[in-house]
Amino acid sequence: MKVCLTLSPKTQLKGVERSMAYLEIRNVNKWFGNFHVLKNINETVEKGEVLVICGPSGSGKSTLIRCVNRLEEIDKGEILFEGKSIHDPSVDINNLRAEIGIVFQQFNLYPHLTVLKNITLAPIKVRKMPKDQAESIALELLERVGIKDQAHKYPAELSGGQQQRVAIARALAMKPKVMLFDEPTSALDPEMINEVLNVMKDLARDGMTMLCVTHEMGFAREVADRVIFMDQGEILERGTPEHFFTNPTHERTKAFLKEIL
Amino acid sequence: MNYQFDWKLVLTGEYGQWLIDGLIVTLKISAVSIFFSLIVGTIIAVFRLSKVKPLEWFSLAYTEFFRNTPLLVQIFFWYFGSDAVLPKAVNEWLYQQDFEFAAGVIALTVYTSAFIAEEIRSGINSIPKNQLEASRACGLSFIQAMSYVILPQAFRIIIPPLISQFLNLTKNSSLVMTIGVMELTYMARQIESYTFHGFEAFTAATVIYIAISLTISLLVNLYNKYFLRNLKY
Repeated sequence: MKVCLTLSPKTQLKGVERSMAYLEIRNVNKWFGNFHVLKNINETVEKGEVLVICGPSGSGKSTLIRCVNRLEEIDKGEILFEGKSIHDPSVDINNLRAEIGIVFQQFNLYPHLTVLKNITLAPIKVRKMPKDQAESIALELLERVGIKDQAHKYPAELSGGQQQRVAIARALAMKPKVMLFDEPTSALDPEMINEVLNVMKDLARDGMTMLCVTHEMGFAREVADRVIFMDQGEILERGTPEHFFTNPTHERTKAFLKEIL
Repeated sequence: MNYQFDWKLVLTGEYGQWLIDGLIVTLKISAVSIFFSLIVGTIIAVFRLSKVKPLEWFSLAYTEFFRNTPLLVQIFFWYFGSDAVLPKAVNEWLYQQDFEFAAGVIALTVYTSAFIAEEIRSGINSIPKNQLEASRACGLSFIQAMSYVILPQAFRIIIPPLISQFLNLTKNSSLVMTIGVMELTYMARQIESYTFHGFEAFTAATVIYIAISLTISLLVNLYNKYFLRNLKY
């Protein structure tokens, strides 16, 4: 407090401005053994922004978003969420994860629980929500992703696309401030990809802050505010979708887009 | 040798009642020990996977120590040696209860939980890693993820080896006759001493043990069949 009082109003304002970045990745480095998987990553994501991360496999894009909810720990640098370091000892990692939802490539639903219970487990146990309230929220979310009628089935009885929509509903049930998507459509049959993308587009339109690792370039073009391209642990290209698809500067990006489009 | 079979003597009247009393004690000591060894076994298994070094070491030492010493020695240890290892208050409380029974339960629990811990550990290891990751990613703590996501799945997978641990425990419970718990084997021995009809007494005991074992298998298999159906990835 004392320090604050001695600062001039201007510096204070600057301080506030600095913390305006919703999610800030600063000089992040990570190694898997000798393999340098993330090299000096710097990126800022504003509230409500949709960032698409693409790049060849092994480029570190999944690892990067998994660092944001600390499923992976970083070795150097820092990540700030709402102006606060997520690595600070005072941060409760379970609270952090409740604020930052993630959807995985392989859905990872709990096979021994019904769809409804998959969604209500964390709200009841982590958010201490009463069961009936959690259930009504879960049913609303299921309606939103278009599979309310499947609420009492088990994950194994659902198609891949339906399972992934349940996984999205499960993450949303915690009312997260940020959503991470780790190749959410890569494990799906082609005809099921759109049903999942539509849910994601809907979410983006509602102003959710999203970091999406995806190869769905149509999705990137339509809803991304910015696209970044990663290769070998570095961000090689960043820009608006328009810049990224029509006028990429880096040779590696051009080669990648040629392969994928 | 002129052995006269007398099934009626052994199976009815006072001696028949002894067998029933013995059966009840066997069922009681087995049920109580199964209950506790499941709890202790689960805790030991979770310790082993907790990634907290002292807990891992404790768990390792516990399983290795109790799996590799004879049950009979452990029974005598808890019966004659509990004074030295258990806190005074616990011992006093135990003496007020049925001390033989309690020492038997402790020995059976500790011994069997060491085996059960290994079964549970392999069960947990057989659950895909992404299940723990997915539950931690929703904000569940390690303990919550274990309790609600990992263990319920692991238990369904390890039902068959668990049954055999339950059966072993039930059969092993006959050893507590050595410290004077009046269970089935003790009673059969008692009938033999009184009547000299050892063949009938121990045949009866054998049949009863088989019946208990088959019933346990059947119950657990039914449970298994009912709960296992949805466990697909």
